[in-house]
Amino acid sequence: MNKVSPSTTEPCAEVEIDYLELDKIIEQEFDNDKENLIMILQAIQKRYNHLPQPTLKYLSEKINVPYSQIYGVGTFYATFSLEPKGRNIISICLGTACHVRGGERVRERIEDTLNLDGKHTTDDMRFTLEGVRCIGCCSLGPVMKVNEDIHGRIGADKVEKILENYE
Amino acid sequence: MKIQSTEELEKIRQEYSTRLYYPDTTKVLVGMASCGIAAGGKAAFEKAIQDFPDGNGVQIRQTGCIGFCEVEPLVEIAETGKPRVIYQKITEDKIVDVIRSYLENDFKKTKWILGQVRDPRSLMEDHLENPLREVAPIEKIPFLEDTPFYSNQVKIALRNCGYIDPDSIEEYIARGGYFAFFRALLDHKPEEIIQIIKDSGLRGRGGGGFSTGVKWATCARHHGERYIICNADEGDPGAYMDRSILEGDPHSVLEGMLIAAVAIGSNHGFMYVRNEYPLAVKRLVTAIKQAEKYGLLGENIGGTDFSFNIKISTGAGAFVCGESTALMASLEGQVGRPRAKYVHTVEKGLRQNPSNLNNVETFANVPAIISKGADWYAGMGTESSKGTKVFSLVGKIKNTGLVEVAMGTTLRNIIYDIGGGVLKKKKFKAVQTGGPSGGCIPEKYLDLGVDFDELTKIGSIMGSGGMIVMDQDTCMVDVARYFLDFLKEESCGQCNPCREGIKRMLQILTRICEGHGAEGDVELLEELGDMVAKASLCGLGTSAPNPVLTTINYFRNEYDAHIKDKKCLAGVCKNLFYYEIDPEACTGCRLCALKCPQEAITGEKKEPHLLDQEKCIKCSICYEACKFNAVVIK
Repeated sequence: MNKVSPSTTEPCAEVEIDYLELDKIIEQEFDNDKENLIMILQAIQKRYNHLPQPTLKYLSEKINVPYSQIYGVGTFYATFSLEPKGRNIISICLGTACHVRGGERVRERIEDTLNLDGKHTTDDMRFTLEGVRCIGCCSLGPVMKVNEDIHGRIGADKVEKILENYE
Repeated sequence: MKIQSTEELEKIRQEYSTRLYYPDTTKVLVGMASCGIAAGGKAAFEKAIQDFPDGNGVQIRQTGCIGFCEVEPLVEIAETGKPRVIYQKITEDKIVDVIRSYLENDFKKTKWILGQVRDPRSLMEDHLENPLREVAPIEKIPFLEDTPFYSNQVKIALRNCGYIDPDSIEEYIARGGYFAFFRALLDHKPEEIIQIIKDSGLRGRGGGGFSTGVKWATCARHHGERYIICNADEGDPGAYMDRSILEGDPHSVLEGMLIAAVAIGSNHGFMYVRNEYPLAVKRLVTAIKQAEKYGLLGENIGGTDFSFNIKISTGAGAFVCGESTALMASLEGQVGRPRAKYVHTVEKGLRQNPSNLNNVETFANVPAIISKGADWYAGMGTESSKGTKVFSLVGKIKNTGLVEVAMGTTLRNIIYDIGGGVLKKKKFKAVQTGGPSGGCIPEKYLDLGVDFDELTKIGSIMGSGGMIVMDQDTCMVDVARYFLDFLKEESCGQCNPCREGIKRMLQILTRICEGHGAEGDVELLEELGDMVAKASLCGLGTSAPNPVLTTINYFRNEYDAHIKDKKCLAGVCKNLFYYEIDPEACTGCRLCALKCPQEAITGEKKEPHLLDQEKCIKCSICYEACKFNAVVIK
């Protein structure tokens, strides 16, 4: 059977930070308020696909929170990543209802199809596979989310076809 | 315009109630909560708008989840003077035909029809007449209210979901919204509101089950800037009641928070919504903006000196942040670590100020209770648990979805009558309630009524309402392992019993599932479980052993089979079973061979097939695909 074919784009090495934009996020959107730390980090991650270290150091100065504390928050919460993620994020639901309906088998199928071998991101940065503890669409289990698209009622046999749609 | 009186509110109600129940054009409502969208509702919605653009005699509108998720996308069509019909499984390829068939009064394709509505009014609208009272029903189409899924349900928290456009505050007001708030603000003293909630018997719907009235009263007594916090973190896997309320009827929660603010004396509200619910956040942002526009949030509400503002904060993927102290730490931009509750959060919570935290469903019940009275609410349910509860009925069940029933309804009623029984006619094994803090309930207890106390007696908890049905293909040892794996990841790590205890229990269970279980393992699990339950700092730890202990208690035979015989007869633990094709049952249809990703099955057409054990990766695709039960677990 055909595996999903790898594409040829190279992953980027250095991230260029737009500090003006970062200022706008921290000051205007989130009032320079340290209580908004989690939401500021979410905005940074949305922009750069992960949390680049220079942004965290800059943030520490701006909102007067020790870098160690920001690092703590960045590594505590599951949605944050300090490493660049792939172009397409696959979130496989690991909730109980999906598990009982065969979610584990679907996850294995995805790992197999993408040749992940224990890694989270494919070598060509096309896909990152993450486990989510519950997407909240339990009646459609097993559920898999790719970027913003939710795919429900998926069997292990449907995985390849779905993934082929994402570059 | 800012609403300053009940009379002004009434004007809006009358105008929009007429629009809602006597629309001037045919109205098509498409279920657009996350599950509806995932099932194809958005594509259907867009197709409908394309073919029936606005102004062409048909209006296409969105609505929330009406509960029967198994048959999503759900579409409801209504027209003044005609029956109101709900169609099921209406994807993009069917919606245009469905709309046309309604316009032509053609109701012959009964496969598409779930039912017709007898009475669309909510329980807050008894002063209104049933808008369908003079409409002749369609012959041979059942009434929705009589179908097994709906006939036993009582919708209080879900009263508006699936009936209104969640992005329309006017439609919320049309069905009685914000009247309870005005009554609380203008006609009652704060102590009176608290007494009503106390007398109603409302207990926290997030799982804790603490008396809401007592919590409000205690918070009101403490000095300082008080906060009203809504816990919309809904982390229990398998539970999505709160998501549906937030996506289908966000104003019911805002109104509940406003009433609490008046009762307790607070000007600041916070909603903590989990990151995995972006649509809920979007709908809440819209709802808050609308409430502000109408002067229902902000300064000098209703012409009084009461002011209230709500801030939305999102989570970032941490189950432990559903715990109240961890949630408040997260709201302060910190790591979500719980603290010991020698001093309760109603005294010192967010920013060390008195904070009242309630769950989404708890808040959604409040306006109904203020409207219809404490006695009405307390008249439903059991001695210890009043009112109704929303359950998410999921797993190996035919009719998956959200159901709201009176407390005391039996598990059997919910699973078999409402739920339609086990999927694919397989054998029922257990129902798991209460999420990772709960337990697995075997068949012998199916006649228990759901309430806070009954389920605790047999080792489980009612929890937030997740109800996951498991069948013969579920391995109960694997379920215990699964929950511990979840909790190990989600544990904040600060206290030894939880961090180390759960890890070691998981190690033992993993060994058992891999075939290396030993005599004494079960006893060790029980001993460790006892310690973790007694010595952990917060609820995550203290309730972590529940799934393990209930499965040991009720399914000891499966543990013994794993440990002594090295066998997993449910066909889950890969090292402890293999698949084989039964030559007597196999018809040679080739389906399994075609689907097998490893090409491990060979055979001629119409001849019994053979499974090559060397190539088999036990992915279960063949087992699920076979229509003749020829693939057997050994």
